[in-house]
Amino acid sequence: MVSTSTLQTVSRENEIVVSMREVTKRFPGVVANDRVTFEARRGEIHALLGENGAGKSTLMNVLTGLYTPEEGEIAINGQPAQFRSPKDSIAAGIGMVHQHFKLVETQTVTENVILGLDAPRFRLDMSRAEADVAKLSEQYGLKIDPKAYIWQLSVGEQQRVEIIKALYRGAQILILDEPTAVLTPQETEELFITLRDMVAKGHTIIFISHKLDEVMSIADRVTVLRGGKVVATVNARDTNKAELAEMMVGRPVLFRLDRPALEPGEMVLRVEELHAENDKGLPALRGISFYVRAREIVGIAGVSGNGQSELAEALNGLRPITRGRIFLNGREITTLSAREIIDAGVAHVPEDRHTDGSVGDMNLTENIILKRYRHPPIARGPVIDWNQAREMSSELVSRFNVQAPGLDTRARLLSGGNLQKLILARELSAEPALIVAMHPTQGLDVGATEYVRQVLLEQRAAGAAVLLISEDLDEVMQLSDRILVIYEGEIMGEASGEKADRAQIGLMMAGQRQEVGY
Amino acid sequence: MNEAFIIATLAAAIRAGTPVVYATIGEIFAERAGVLNLGVEGMMLVGAVVGFMVGVNTGSATTGLLAAMIAGGLLSLIHAFLTVTLYVDQVVSGLALTIFGTGLSAFLGQDYVGVSGPQFAALKIPVLSQIPFLGPILFEHDILVYLTFLLVPLAGYYIHRTRPGLHLRAVGENPATADVMGVSVARTRYFYVFVGGVLAGLAGANLSLAYTPGWIEGMTAGRGWIAVALVIFGFWQPGRAMLGAYLFGGVQSLQFSLQTIGVVIPVYFLGMLPYVFTVLVLIIATQEQVRRHIGAPAALGIPYKRGER
Repeated sequence: MVSTSTLQTVSRENEIVVSMREVTKRFPGVVANDRVTFEARRGEIHALLGENGAGKSTLMNVLTGLYTPEEGEIAINGQPAQFRSPKDSIAAGIGMVHQHFKLVETQTVTENVILGLDAPRFRLDMSRAEADVAKLSEQYGLKIDPKAYIWQLSVGEQQRVEIIKALYRGAQILILDEPTAVLTPQETEELFITLRDMVAKGHTIIFISHKLDEVMSIADRVTVLRGGKVVATVNARDTNKAELAEMMVGRPVLFRLDRPALEPGEMVLRVEELHAENDKGLPALRGISFYVRAREIVGIAGVSGNGQSELAEALNGLRPITRGRIFLNGREITTLSAREIIDAGVAHVPEDRHTDGSVGDMNLTENIILKRYRHPPIARGPVIDWNQAREMSSELVSRFNVQAPGLDTRARLLSGGNLQKLILARELSAEPALIVAMHPTQGLDVGATEYVRQVLLEQRAAGAAVLLISEDLDEVMQLSDRILVIYEGEIMGEASGEKADRAQIGLMMAGQRQEVGY
Repeated sequence: MNEAFIIATLAAAIRAGTPVVYATIGEIFAERAGVLNLGVEGMMLVGAVVGFMVGVNTGSATTGLLAAMIAGGLLSLIHAFLTVTLYVDQVVSGLALTIFGTGLSAFLGQDYVGVSGPQFAALKIPVLSQIPFLGPILFEHDILVYLTFLLVPLAGYYIHRTRPGLHLRAVGENPATADVMGVSVARTRYFYVFVGGVLAGLAGANLSLAYTPGWIEGMTAGRGWIAVALVIFGFWQPGRAMLGAYLFGGVQSLQFSLQTIGVVIPVYFLGMLPYVFTVLVLIIATQEQVRRHIGAPAALGIPYKRGER
């Protein structure tokens, strides 16, 4: 095991361990990093803040040796460095925890930790490696069973494995890419404690994020990137959320959405004791009951993989229901097909915009009419009236502010935000009674996120019932009138939107049942 | 049904199953690395014919065997190049390899049909073959049978207990992770596809130099396909796959032994049995996999390109 010599570092505090000067990285058509200068000191948590596409990940991929920059210099601990592959950067003491974990599910924690190392030569001495992992896990307070298989672990535990993997390779500099995106509030707290402990031991943490709250609470310094350039590097205690947001977006940002109090109307969706299975044939929904009324947004919060996808699919007729009943405006729709459910007035903003929400190789107009080409005025007998279709798509594209070269543009060429607007245009223009929106703002920049949330609130005001399924707890709390928390296919409890207590929701997300409203 | 009949049938089962054991272990290695190679049948045929030709011309069965292994290995590199370097669909490339191997072996073997050549003779192992009942079943075979007794446990040990085995499994389950951790996905896949080819060539030579000495066009009679099926039956574990191969061998040898004791069943029906058996076994194995949540290496059949999720 490569040991971590940490005690001598106290005297070397504030020493610059990572220095990137004037780094430029180009991709065909874009300059992802434009003369970026970035420094990190020993023993600090340095946040790298920026929107999607600001160049954060590119910069860190340069630092970990995945990309080679066109220009610029890198020095680690004062020594000039040239990384040709991740192996070089690992050897220089840099470790990265990717947003999408790099773990082999069918192997154990220890097997994952030693994967790719040159030692042992041939025979695996698992018990010794397991002891090493256990020692590291104790030293850093990263609780883990070295013999457990990855598929048995929660997302938070998998993240610990990633951190241990880096430490095992002797990482002094640890890069974490959006580490809290997959964690419950409590797990986030635990992670922050671990990180503070690590910097106290002399490690340097580079923390990639676009969440202002957590950056303010964990970082010592913040470097803000926008459009591939550095806007500024500031001390966290000398700044505030609004200032950081403005640097990140380039204009003042509203933090509060206008969500007027509305009297909920008739019950639109009623779900009774719903059961469904996942793709592996295991129970994914175990007796879920709830309702959504007109003029209200009901949020489903929870850590991913607890039945959210299955719930959205079941409601839209895309997944067989094994038990239970679903009613829309008092009419049972349990056994209806997806097409019949669409015609009954259910809109679906699916989880994956590219595979489920749109057809990439079809153009904007074709995507817009996907759900209504069977009905007049688009359908004229057995043929499609393309003039009508283009007229409708032209009107919707401008109403929903979709930025595209033209109506004949293929959907796959749109950016995430514009594609989402196109999907919203298709789903919402039919004036649905119920909107099932899953992760509607995932991966969108601040501007598009604001827009999508605004549109959902407009739909609420217009009398629609909205079911918002999201892993972004802030989003759920900001938009919802009522919040339900799902865990392993069951509803753990309900909270009202305004008075929701984060800690209580966090406990429910981790599987502790709280008082249920009905 | 007396003891002699049972012993004869079981011993024949092992002899008949051995070529399939080699081919299956080879395919397990390739699939563990994430490469499905449906060219096993073609590689076996080329191995059989090359092994026999070289054997006839040198008079040495061992030289023939080595030549067959090289031939199988070289043929498999075509598949590795197409699927790993050029990202060609593995099913298409594998099928093409089998068609190519079938034609090539028929062409090469034209002048060798009916020729007699060297063969691996049965070696009774002195003490062990004296064990009552088990001795004649296990220890009165040719050297190729004994080699599988070593190969199978070693293969299992290698896959689960060694560093290269760990890397092999990682490449088949999650090549992107293996790549980030510094394991070369392309090199690993090339290597184990090659190993698969070498073992398939050996399996072919096992037929033409030991089990049914001589060359006949299409003499593998679908054993390459059986091997592909047995990989699934064996849950990608060498030991279990060996058991499957012996079961197949047992059903196959039963068709002959049943005739010798005068059971009147049409010969074509008996000839069909091993394949029916394979289909049944596959159905049962697949159901068991669903139930126990084990399955193929997650990246099986998927070309790996860096940077694509």
